[in-house]
Amino acid sequence: MNKSLVLRGRLWVLRQDGRLFSDIDTDMIFHNAHLAVVEMEKMGQYAFGNLEGYQKFAEMAEPGDLVLAGDNFGSGSSRQHAVDCFKALGVQAVVARSFGAIYKRNAINSGFPVIELPGLPDGLFTHHAIAELDLEKGVLSSGTVSFTGLPMSGVASEIYSAGGLFQYAEHLEGV
Amino acid sequence: MGRTIVEKIIGRHGGGDCRAGDVVWMGIDNRTARDFAGASVVANLEQYGGDSPVADPGKTFFTFDCNVPANTIPYAENQQRIREFARDRGIRVYDVDAGIGSHVTIEEGYGLPGTTTVGTDSHLNIMGSVGAFGQGMGDTDIAFAFKTGKVWFEVPPSVRVELQGMPSRGTEAKDVALAMLGRFSGHELLGKSVEVYGPWAEQATLPDCITLSSLATEMGAIIALIPPNGNVLQYFGISREDAVYADPDAEYEAEYTLDIEGLMPMIACPPSPTNVFPVHEMTSVRVDGVFIGSCTNGTYEDLVLTAELLRGRKVAPGVMLKVVPATRTTWSRLLDEGYLKVIFDAGGIISNAGCAGCASGQIGMTGSGEVQVSTSNRNFKGKQGKGETYLAGIGTAVASAVLGRIASVHELWPR
Repeated sequence: MNKSLVLRGRLWVLRQDGRLFSDIDTDMIFHNAHLAVVEMEKMGQYAFGNLEGYQKFAEMAEPGDLVLAGDNFGSGSSRQHAVDCFKALGVQAVVARSFGAIYKRNAINSGFPVIELPGLPDGLFTHHAIAELDLEKGVLSSGTVSFTGLPMSGVASEIYSAGGLFQYAEHLEGV
Repeated sequence: MGRTIVEKIIGRHGGGDCRAGDVVWMGIDNRTARDFAGASVVANLEQYGGDSPVADPGKTFFTFDCNVPANTIPYAENQQRIREFARDRGIRVYDVDAGIGSHVTIEEGYGLPGTTTVGTDSHLNIMGSVGAFGQGMGDTDIAFAFKTGKVWFEVPPSVRVELQGMPSRGTEAKDVALAMLGRFSGHELLGKSVEVYGPWAEQATLPDCITLSSLATEMGAIIALIPPNGNVLQYFGISREDAVYADPDAEYEAEYTLDIEGLMPMIACPPSPTNVFPVHEMTSVRVDGVFIGSCTNGTYEDLVLTAELLRGRKVAPGVMLKVVPATRTTWSRLLDEGYLKVIFDAGGIISNAGCAGCASGQIGMTGSGEVQVSTSNRNFKGKQGKGETYLAGIGTAVASAVLGRIASVHELWPR
């Protein structure tokens, strides 16, 4: 374990009509108009470029930020850009009630932490407050509030520690 | 305890006696990438692939379907980078003429019942239509599959959906899929392997199955598996013993029933595929354009139906009808048999095979205020431009093109 399992940063609480923003699909995160971009460092500028109310996210995000959303974050396409755009901006992790399956895999494979908090109430966390995310325990806390979700799975945490899927697999036998 | 279809398929591919929740290494029969993300797969392999970046060129292929032929310079660059990588390593490229990769995979006989396929297309779970496993994945995963022939995978929980009864005449597979989307709009199927049963599933044609399974992604499901029926077995020339079915005592996380007896045509209104209503409730909406095609509704049978409904009719003045067959093989057959002429004479614009508007491709984008009825699978805000996209089946799409407003196919029938 050479990487921090407790992350601390400013929390973006994504909301729509007063509730945690659900069903944020990959075209809202990283629009298909920019899919030909291959270099990760060029992807950050498009993060949430098509998400209503958050089009300026890329300009305002700071390295170390955390993102919080509702259900089914990252549904839709298989584009890895939708993970890499956050890495490019230095965002440390995305936390959501649930994730689209492909998005979750993409995040895990590129060593980007995603934590699920099923049942998280809409109003618990404050936008732009400093929060702490414990990956091993699956706990998000900020000030006096905290919520326990699902800890990072075994595979996810091993890939995260190794720094990515290829690095992880180097040490496995028979793969 | 018996096993579900997904448990059996993954089990046969290295998972052993695996069950929902197990994380296993799964062998992949068909390892694919598209022009979208394909260049990133190549970049990953150049960085991490070492001396042998491709385990088995015979099981590995590229399919170009997003931006075909390239109409932007970055796509042209990416496609050429892939071609050169593939040429050096003896990997087949289904190039810009071939059509939608998932359909090519079935047509070319790679995607047989019980097989496993991965690629950079989030609708590759369309393989559920033939009782096979398919999954869209990101470029890291796919590069890893190219190099090792495997991916890690968490065996998903299986749920059983029983479709009860039969829909009414004029109702298509798309309408059944939309009814499912409307019913399961609360993330019930998120992350699940969905097995679809009932009389409709037993009688569905392969194109029907393709339409339904292509919408698993919009249901949030890992895959919608339809146990291969007589039509599908006949298409591949195989028997039940060659396909994979669930054990009678397989264990499901949940079992649902959905009554589709007498189901009427349905339409998904903006901004999501789960925002579903009967078509007859939406007939006051004026339309500017109609798109017919995509991996969901671009088969030969879909376009024959399009032509038959358009025969002797004209697209309403001011309405654009954009038609894109899924593959070159489909294109060729429709051309030979005169169906494209019928569509053309009715006022249709016919484009080359591919994914079209779904990937900012060659045709099908919308401007602010523009209303498009589309047979594709996503209508999220901004996905296909600033216009409003409604998702529907072929009959609804054609009727809407002819009448210039959302209309049910019943309005085209003689009284």
